[in-house]
Amino acid sequence: MRILLVSLGVAAATAGCQREERQLRVDPPVAAALDSITLMPNGISGAPPEIYFALDRPYETNAYNLSQGKRLYSWFGCKGCHADGQGGAGPAFLDGWWNYGPEIVSIFASIRDGRPHGMPAFRDKMTTEQIWQLAGYVQTIGAYSIKTAAPGRNDEKQTRPAENRGPAAKRFDEGPTPIHLDQGPVP
Amino acid sequence: MRTRATRGVLLALLPSSVLAGCTGWQSAFDAQGASAISIKQLMVLMVVICSVVWALVIAVLIRALWRGREQVERSIGPDPVIERRTARVVVAAVTATVIVLAVFTVVSFFTTRALTLAGHDDLTIKVRGQQWWWGLEYLGPTPDERFETANEIHIPVGRNVRLQLEGIDVIHSLWVPGLAGKQDLIPGRRNELTLRAERPGAYRGQCSEFCGLQHAHMALLVIAEQQETFDQWMRSQRERATDPSDAEIAAGQQVFLSRPCAACHAIRGTSATGTNGPDLTHVGGRRYIAAGLLETTRGSLAAWISDPQTLKPGNNMPMVALSADELRSVSAYLASLK
Repeated sequence: MRILLVSLGVAAATAGCQREERQLRVDPPVAAALDSITLMPNGISGAPPEIYFALDRPYETNAYNLSQGKRLYSWFGCKGCHADGQGGAGPAFLDGWWNYGPEIVSIFASIRDGRPHGMPAFRDKMTTEQIWQLAGYVQTIGAYSIKTAAPGRNDEKQTRPAENRGPAAKRFDEGPTPIHLDQGPVP
Repeated sequence: MRTRATRGVLLALLPSSVLAGCTGWQSAFDAQGASAISIKQLMVLMVVICSVVWALVIAVLIRALWRGREQVERSIGPDPVIERRTARVVVAAVTATVIVLAVFTVVSFFTTRALTLAGHDDLTIKVRGQQWWWGLEYLGPTPDERFETANEIHIPVGRNVRLQLEGIDVIHSLWVPGLAGKQDLIPGRRNELTLRAERPGAYRGQCSEFCGLQHAHMALLVIAEQQETFDQWMRSQRERATDPSDAEIAAGQQVFLSRPCAACHAIRGTSATGTNGPDLTHVGGRRYIAAGLLETTRGSLAAWISDPQTLKPGNNMPMVALSADELRSVSAYLASLK
């Protein structure tokens, strides 16, 4: 009886010890399917492929993918124009204002195909998986709601609160900066 | 009877299996570098002295146990003769301990001092440890004498070589047991290590600070060669990549430059200038690819490019979907970059 109780206790205590799955290798057919997004005609918003939901939105909810996205953010020189999210030559991610909407599919399309006024296309520089990872991270920088998954910490000096510290719009309520011609009227 | 014989064989095999790691190209016991030799001498000295001390202590202990049994019947109370003898033994043991520790301190001080040898005039190589490979930059007095390579350090025999160690992402540690001691590569900091090989040969080193998923596959090779051979190697490394010699290799170059490869890898003499991955200007001339994972052949290059996440799960090289023809030509191109 006691042995049963002890083993039940151990089982209960270790039940939370499950580790998050790391998808290290994306099968080529899956990667090809992930590439076929549907965008609205104006290039803003749209739908990710069905497989994205079948995989349970891995690039928004998985900490490993977000960390990889954070590495790619500095590897591919995003900081040159967008800084740590504060913006510069390119728009900011922290102000809660998305020129093409906050959906991950818009961010994916912006990175893959580029956008007018200076955003280059990364189609020939990154794989589909990498673009998804980077898009997930960029979305996390300017998320409207707190995400439960967070990327790795910074080694460098912090220039802003960590990515999972809460919605960007609340923290940086400076109002949108009209630096983009297509941005439309200030709300 | 049979079990006893088996046990005897097993007992005889145990030390030989333990000692099997004491030779070869990655062993501190097979020291061929100035630092490694002095570390090995210090280690041998300490082991010998400590073994003698241990043997003496055990001998005294056995003798005490043996005598204790004989003297059970003796009267209780201090005996002045025994008291004096005990005092002498204690004083002798304390003196011996102090002397042994003092000798160890002095000897290790001089050994440690002898480890930092290289000056600023010596050949200097910047080593960048990153997940999970070694970036190398040979520095020179002028910019055109600098060049980049990866995972394979060539050094001239009998000369001090200064390594500047930097960590890019997490802490790594460089250990080439046959040549020198360990030194950490820490982000935001520059450590130095001196290599000096006394004999030509290939010495394997490994990352010795756990640094993530592929820590075990983060090896590097130090190749010590005669000065003339080394100078020749250095001249050829400074050269730009060779131009494609046939149609297939030229097609491979096109694939490399138009696909994501060129965003992370540099091949000097082409438009590929990425710095996130290893410099591939002379990748075909290196003995291993993927930080000691596979020997460099056209086949292993193709295997690596086609599925890096199966060969080294978690590494930062993505799987780029290539057609069979593209894979064939790009592997031919990379293998041709001697």
